[in-house]
Amino acid sequence: MLIKRRPSWSLPESEVTPRSVYLNRRKFMTGAIASAAALAAPGLLRAGGSPTTTPLTFREAPEYSTDEKKTPFDAVAKYNNFYEFGTGKGDPAKYAHEMSVDPWSVEVDGECARPGRYALEDLLKPHDYEERIYRLRCVEAWSMVIPWVGVPLATVLSRLEPNSRAKYVYFETLHDPKQMRGQRSLFSTIDWPYREGLRMDEAMNELSFLAIGLYGETLPNQNGAPIRLVVPWKYGFKSIKSIVRIRFLEEQPKTTWELLAPSEYGFYANVNPEVDHPRWSQKRERRLPSGVLRPNWMETRMFNGYEEQVAHLYKGMDLAKFY
Amino acid sequence: MLPAAERMVSSVVAKVIVFCVALMPLIWLVTDVVLGRIGPDPGQEITERLGIAAFQLLLVTLLITPLKKMTGWPGWLRHRRMLGLFAFFYAVLHVFAFLQLILGWGDLWATFTRRPYIALGAVAFLLMIPLALTSTKAMMKRMGRRWKPVHRLIYLSAVFAWLHFLWQARSDVTEMVVYGLLLLALLFIRAYWFGVSSLVPLRKSRA
Ligand code: HEM
Repeated sequence: MLIKRRPSWSLPESEVTPRSVYLNRRKFMTGAIASAAALAAPGLLRAGGSPTTTPLTFREAPEYSTDEKKTPFDAVAKYNNFYEFGTGKGDPAKYAHEMSVDPWSVEVDGECARPGRYALEDLLKPHDYEERIYRLRCVEAWSMVIPWVGVPLATVLSRLEPNSRAKYVYFETLHDPKQMRGQRSLFSTIDWPYREGLRMDEAMNELSFLAIGLYGETLPNQNGAPIRLVVPWKYGFKSIKSIVRIRFLEEQPKTTWELLAPSEYGFYANVNPEVDHPRWSQKRERRLPSGVLRPNWMETRMFNGYEEQVAHLYKGMDLAKFY
Repeated sequence: MLPAAERMVSSVVAKVIVFCVALMPLIWLVTDVVLGRIGPDPGQEITERLGIAAFQLLLVTLLITPLKKMTGWPGWLRHRRMLGLFAFFYAVLHVFAFLQLILGWGDLWATFTRRPYIALGAVAFLLMIPLALTSTKAMMKRMGRRWKPVHRLIYLSAVFAWLHFLWQARSDVTEMVVYGLLLLALLFIRAYWFGVSSLVPLRKSRA
């Protein structure tokens, strides 16, 4: 990211829309307060470099929640795929504290009426926060049940007023090798930043969610703090973490895994037990935590069990072709 | 003590040390399992750790002959059999862990025929079996001059094991590249010596 680390008031004029000027002024204020705090107590802001989460207020959304047994917090926070911090499952928990998530802003551009650079607190309204307990199915054939806190993606996107040319919405993760050691790796084949996308009707579906927390507190960095996508009927890699850009597009964007291995990962990446990954079967999944002596296998369900809410989006599509 | 007895004691001590070091990956693994430090997907973690231990021991085994040649000390050779058998031991545990802890014995046929990286691992494993079976002193005697060429299969096994490893990479191949360079160096050094010895007839006539 070219502008992220610069103070927001030094944005080139060309990138500033009237609305974002207003937003940036607000951000300047928070920035000023933060710097004052930093001056007063050096080192306090990143105390010990350990990830700190804070409690959130929210209402429960049982109509969107499963009553399956939740995966314990410890597993959710210590077993992650977040290649920006390394490819080992334990790497993100070890190294994600090297990323600073406060302040955070998201650049909005493309086919919409309200582009600009939004401070996180301007993008989300606390009265929208709700908790949804979703299943998460990883393309690697393991799964979890996670209580997310956040807001429906549709709520946020609507505020940005996408126009009629917006057919897709595209997201990017932070790209900053200084804070993300996985991006410094010499032999990574990923062309950073991490990119994801949804068709507009998928994005506006009631299940699509922007999470800012889990288990009642703000997200641990390794889970994609401070803001991430959650699309529970798709493989986990679609649920992009630590989002810094939202862009509305007329054309279908290229996404990271699709660019990397188009025969293995498609744009849609809907959970589908009938379409195997070329290197392994997708018929079953290990629900974590899995047993030490026996794997906790269960059948994988079409659209990860969210068929009722999303099947209509793909009517008439050959899902073996659009995987 | 008589020099001969002393030598025997020190060789036994060395063997015990090598044995204990080679057992460390398993001890660590068991400790982590017992202490609940193995993470939420134990089968996967256990399988991966055993696989990497098997491959590492294969590389260490391949290091023995070059060490002997470079230091001129034949004592290294005393440890080669045990190290090779440890590599096989970890490979057996790795395969068993995969079948029991990851696969749960389901989908067997499709797994081995349709997943190339699994098939590569299976080839690496199959190649190790005859080597383990013919590793005893008695077999060495019985096979005489055929023993050496048969045991060169270990090169092939190591290459297949590496391909099996590489094929699993999802994006970052740093680890695979590092191990690959080590393996390449170990194989290259042999190719080099082979080239030198075939170019120098003197050596042969001396043998
Ligand atoms: C029938 C034979 C074999 C089978 C079925 C098998 C299966 C597997 C599986 C399922 C994995 C984990 C893949 C993943 O992370 O998803 C793995 C990893 C691995 N295997 Fe094997 N394997 C076999 C033989 C071998 C042999 C003979 C060796 C070495 C001598 C070996 C070395 C490795 C290594 C180095 C890894 C990577 C571990 C890591 O990710 O750190 N495998 N194998």
